[in-house]
Amino acid sequence: MNDQLTIADKTFTSRLFTGTGKFSSSETMEEALLASGTELVTVALKRVDLNNTNDDILIHLNHPHIHLLPNTSGVRNAKEAIFAAQVAREALETNWLKLEIHPDPKYLMPDPVETLKATEELAKQGFVVLPYIHADPVLCKRLEEAGAAAVMPLGSPIGSNKGLKTRDFLEIIISQSNLPVIVDAGIGAPSHAAEAMELGADAVLVNTAIAVSANPVQMAKAFKTAVEAGRLAYLAGLPAVREHAEASSPLTQFLE
Amino acid sequence: MFSIEIDKYNWDIEKQSIYSKTATDVEIALFKSNRTIEDFKALVSPAALPYLEQMAQLSRAITQKRFGKTIQLYVPLYLSNECRNVCTYCGFSYTNKIKRKTLTRDELLIEVKYIKSLGFEHVLLVTGEDAVHAHFEYILEAVKLVKPYFSHISIEVQPLDQHEYEALINEGVNTVLVYQETYNRTSYKKYHPKGKKSNYEYRLETPDRLGKAGIYKIGLGILLGLDDWRTDSLFTALHLKYLEKKYWQTKYSVSFPRLRPFSGGIDPVVNISDKELVQLICAWRLFNEEVELSLSTRETEIMRDNLIRLGITSMSAGSKTNPGGYVVDKQSLEQFEISDERSVHDIVKIIKKQGYEPVWKDWDKVYSCNYNVDELQKL
Repeated sequence: MNDQLTIADKTFTSRLFTGTGKFSSSETMEEALLASGTELVTVALKRVDLNNTNDDILIHLNHPHIHLLPNTSGVRNAKEAIFAAQVAREALETNWLKLEIHPDPKYLMPDPVETLKATEELAKQGFVVLPYIHADPVLCKRLEEAGAAAVMPLGSPIGSNKGLKTRDFLEIIISQSNLPVIVDAGIGAPSHAAEAMELGADAVLVNTAIAVSANPVQMAKAFKTAVEAGRLAYLAGLPAVREHAEASSPLTQFLE
Repeated sequence: MFSIEIDKYNWDIEKQSIYSKTATDVEIALFKSNRTIEDFKALVSPAALPYLEQMAQLSRAITQKRFGKTIQLYVPLYLSNECRNVCTYCGFSYTNKIKRKTLTRDELLIEVKYIKSLGFEHVLLVTGEDAVHAHFEYILEAVKLVKPYFSHISIEVQPLDQHEYEALINEGVNTVLVYQETYNRTSYKKYHPKGKKSNYEYRLETPDRLGKAGIYKIGLGILLGLDDWRTDSLFTALHLKYLEKKYWQTKYSVSFPRLRPFSGGIDPVVNISDKELVQLICAWRLFNEEVELSLSTRETEIMRDNLIRLGITSMSAGSKTNPGGYVVDKQSLEQFEISDERSVHDIVKIIKKQGYEPVWKDWDKVYSCNYNVDELQKL
């Protein structure tokens, strides 16, 4: 079955995107990412030594099928984000960018105002911008107009493993969006990933749940399977959920 | 200002409240997710000691969820042991007749190049308080000098005014550590009889000035051993809660320095045992899932090795607490005796052995300084 996902100039077979933080070692990270089948991984600019071609994180991501998605984690406003993006493009030789602007270091909530501003500017500068945002349907449409390549609404607070607490809003976003929708943050179990895919998300991004698992490689495989299952179910068409049992003697039978 | 907020609380009443917490209070605190100040009191109280293993298990799980299996590494760099304060517990105290030293520009660079060669990306610059040798301009100059070498600069110097912090932030200072030592006013006066540091309010209001200056991270702490550590920790928790709400764009860390011996110094007035220190660290983690918890080389090897898995998120390693201690003047007087004298490479091995990744770099100059791309490339 040809069910590939295209974002800007790239086409993906795997719909599981992953993060690279929180692993117990770079070797474990590499092994888990390979097991997950992921083709797009985010890398925090602040964690990478840009002057070192043998940076420990980067050398473990050096596989032909793995594309890097630098993220701006740590910036607090549009100005800092734009500057960080330019540095990332120079250093990592990609114009792809996961735009993360969280002025609040405690809950890491994305700033919608600054994110929209930065997206407008970065799109003009030729970046492939994937903004990380609240599950806000209007903001998603505004980002679409601003030139984003995809939107990345959160399922629940980042790192919380709480699943799709924003489900109702994600459904609206998915039904309205002309861009790929990647559910990011809060996906704590393969069942959450499957749920997002069943809703019609184009992809999911998972980090903590794999990295912090007692067995990251096995958990990566579990997520791979769940994402594939959820996608297949979505394509097959899920039967409608019935709130009540259907009466065996229909009420309108007398009309026949 | 926290100096106004703190007046809502009475030390003795709070202390009494902590010591009257029961096993039931502890169990309630353990089984909920959003823990309050009352829960924190229960978790630091003597009633929580029998629940230490449960606290440790929870602390580990919560820490891994937020921070992953990682430990951040930093190194202190002492610039000067000149100090005009009299602090009865400190090796740099004005009345302590020692040979004083302040690093020159060249000496500073020698030290910097050495610690950089060990792999450090995060440096903590430390001075005593001295308006003649280690004044604001000296610190600013030092920051400018070290900036090209490190991706993360922290400082632990005398409390400064807001405009001075703004200037330092502009030059690339990311984090400022300022420990209140003790929140008990009476004890504070006793331990700090002379010098600028004897001004309790000015020190207490320092994090407010930092927050207003737009600092990225503030480190809080008390010196364990000066007064009742449970009550002092409660006041630290109240301080953190106040700051998090008011300066919501700032990140916070908490440290747990225990009073260490130095030549001619006082012994701890109130001891905190190893077991109680573990309790305190776990209580902090259960109370605040996002705060960074930091541990220095004041602690012993066995404590440090085991605390890696219990809630700590950053550690210093291979530290010297005397100016010039790494290369230029190894014999100058240290602030306190180090307990864990192992090299950073040994610490890296220990961290990996515990199943954690040592993180050298978790910040970048691009976030701290007002560079443009061309300037950055030159660096």
